[in-house]
Amino acid sequence: MNNKKRLMTGTHFLMGNFACAEGTIAAGCGFVSGYPITPASEVVNRLAQRIPQLGGIFLQTEDEISAICSAIGASWTGRKAMTATSGPGISLMQENIGFALATETPLVIVDVQRLGPSTGVPAIGVSGDMVQVARGSHGDYQIIALSPASPQEMFDLTIRAFNLAEEYRVPVFLMADAFVGHMREQVIIPDEDQLEIVDRKTLKSGVDPRDPMKRQDFLDVDVAPMPILGRGFRAHVTSSCHDEHGMRNLSDPEIMDRYVLNPIHKILKKRHEIVQLEADYSGAEIALVSYGTVSRSAKAAAQLARQEGLKVGTLRLVTCWPFPDAEIRQMAESVELVLVLENNTGQIYPYIKSEAAHACRVEFLGPKILGQIHEPEYIVSHIKEMVR
Amino acid sequence: MSVSIHPMRKYMRTHVTATTTCPGCGNGIVTQAILRAIEELALDMEDFVFVSGIGCSAWIPSPLFAADTLHTTHGRPIAFATGVKLCLPEKNVLVASGDGDLTAIGGNHLIHACRRNIDVTVVLVNNGIYGMTGGQTAPTTPRGVTTITNPYGTLEHTFDICAMAGAAGASYVARWTTYHPRQLRRSIRRGIQKKGFALIEAVSQCPVQFGKVTKMGKAVDILRHFKENSIRVEKARDQEMDVLEGKIVVGEFVDVDKAELSAEWVRLNRQLTEDLS
Repeated sequence: MNNKKRLMTGTHFLMGNFACAEGTIAAGCGFVSGYPITPASEVVNRLAQRIPQLGGIFLQTEDEISAICSAIGASWTGRKAMTATSGPGISLMQENIGFALATETPLVIVDVQRLGPSTGVPAIGVSGDMVQVARGSHGDYQIIALSPASPQEMFDLTIRAFNLAEEYRVPVFLMADAFVGHMREQVIIPDEDQLEIVDRKTLKSGVDPRDPMKRQDFLDVDVAPMPILGRGFRAHVTSSCHDEHGMRNLSDPEIMDRYVLNPIHKILKKRHEIVQLEADYSGAEIALVSYGTVSRSAKAAAQLARQEGLKVGTLRLVTCWPFPDAEIRQMAESVELVLVLENNTGQIYPYIKSEAAHACRVEFLGPKILGQIHEPEYIVSHIKEMVR
Repeated sequence: MSVSIHPMRKYMRTHVTATTTCPGCGNGIVTQAILRAIEELALDMEDFVFVSGIGCSAWIPSPLFAADTLHTTHGRPIAFATGVKLCLPEKNVLVASGDGDLTAIGGNHLIHACRRNIDVTVVLVNNGIYGMTGGQTAPTTPRGVTTITNPYGTLEHTFDICAMAGAAGASYVARWTTYHPRQLRRSIRRGIQKKGFALIEAVSQCPVQFGKVTKMGKAVDILRHFKENSIRVEKARDQEMDVLEGKIVVGEFVDVDKAELSAEWVRLNRQLTEDLS
């Protein structure tokens, strides 16, 4: 595909990482930065070719720290910005993920996960970053993370990630992995008018006061309009504890409280709109809970189990953060066993258990060999053992 | 009683009535040099985005300057500024930060900004110490002096920032001390005008930490040291290395014109979108 059109409407056979790049373009992204890393490189490789033709900028940075910092800088100029990486890059980005949160910067971070710890195995898809994206930067905060299960969703959820980032002024993570990133499947790119694209609220030139002390730029639980740099607003942007005007304050406990809590409440207040799930456990006694690539196995396993007369259903977390706690509780109260399937040693499992264990039995099942996708037959045989 | 208002007050946020700067600090001299350079160029504060990192001198523009001010994480202001400048090529992007911020933790970003030759003006305030955290050794601390973390004297060699910036490809590189405020102001002016990466190193006094831990004394003592030990680059070129030991070489080291990154992106975007239509 060497097409120079912006939106490549049509039906394609596309690699997941390429579909993510096309989603980035469809969402209207104008600045992409990145540092080469397996298994995420194809996202930026493609954007390096496509984005400049569309008036956007691609910057290959000296490291992932610079990738996220330059993207945050670009976002403050009003452009939609993104960077793509894998676990080691996320580790390097953590400090400035915190900066983006503290300054309420819209940003999309694509994480095509791989086996860790450390350099680990670059091309093996293990969901190793599910907690580090939510808890890895210091301090308390709330991010949004979406977990795609197909190349089609690498397109669709990339657009949703941009929309959420813009709507809530928050970094949003697309939690892919090497499997879904390198998987090739049918991807349908719709017409322009079928796409829902959200742009951030910004201060309008010539209308608002030129002094941040006369307006609210930050800490609004209903999301303050962004005072874009370069438009004469004389905005002050700092990740140090600040008030509604963006001015640093290290002495007023009430401002400290709002500095931490308001950006969290901003997301949790709209949790019901952000959380996206696929639930198919009505009448089931056993629910398989999963996300991302593994949810494909979970669906196949549930089908197999039902053929064998077992009452097995599924719950797939499309949104992993904010954590869908109410939905997990609701599910737990209608089944007897929750089996959590993850391609790791159980990163989301404790969060699910804490919401479900009051109502039913909760177990974890990793793949037979870490880094391989759960085989449906393997899942079914474990279900049989558990209910025997 | 008549009230006298500092001529540079017009460039400052009205609600900011105090700075974090210690008595005797060189930050005030550098602040004036930046603002007077802007005044001399007849530029408006709205023509600028100021970016700073973490450390004493990162407080020069933030929150003082009545402009867009982006106060970033430790060592990263140049990385942030790169994203800002690429998207706002028509604006002047000026980074003010310290030697620890820009050459220790942020050294890699400085090297690559020089190499990219992106049109960002960096005013690097070099006080030779970690001041805000209480007098620890910096890469710029003179060799042999005592600090909090080198109580037996520093063993490591001192970073020559200007030599590094020139070697890495910056378009404009100059060094002055706070004893040279007019020369400093002229170089900042030149750096802002330069279409390319400009690094202006301002060797500055820190009496409260540097002066105390190295026993070099108060602000006036350190300024006197700058006066007595500064040597112009033109003169230094003919000197033997041992003569230059302990000297501060000041002046303009690099002043060249070459392709600049944000302008290259404007050109490339235009060329590719024309191809498309």
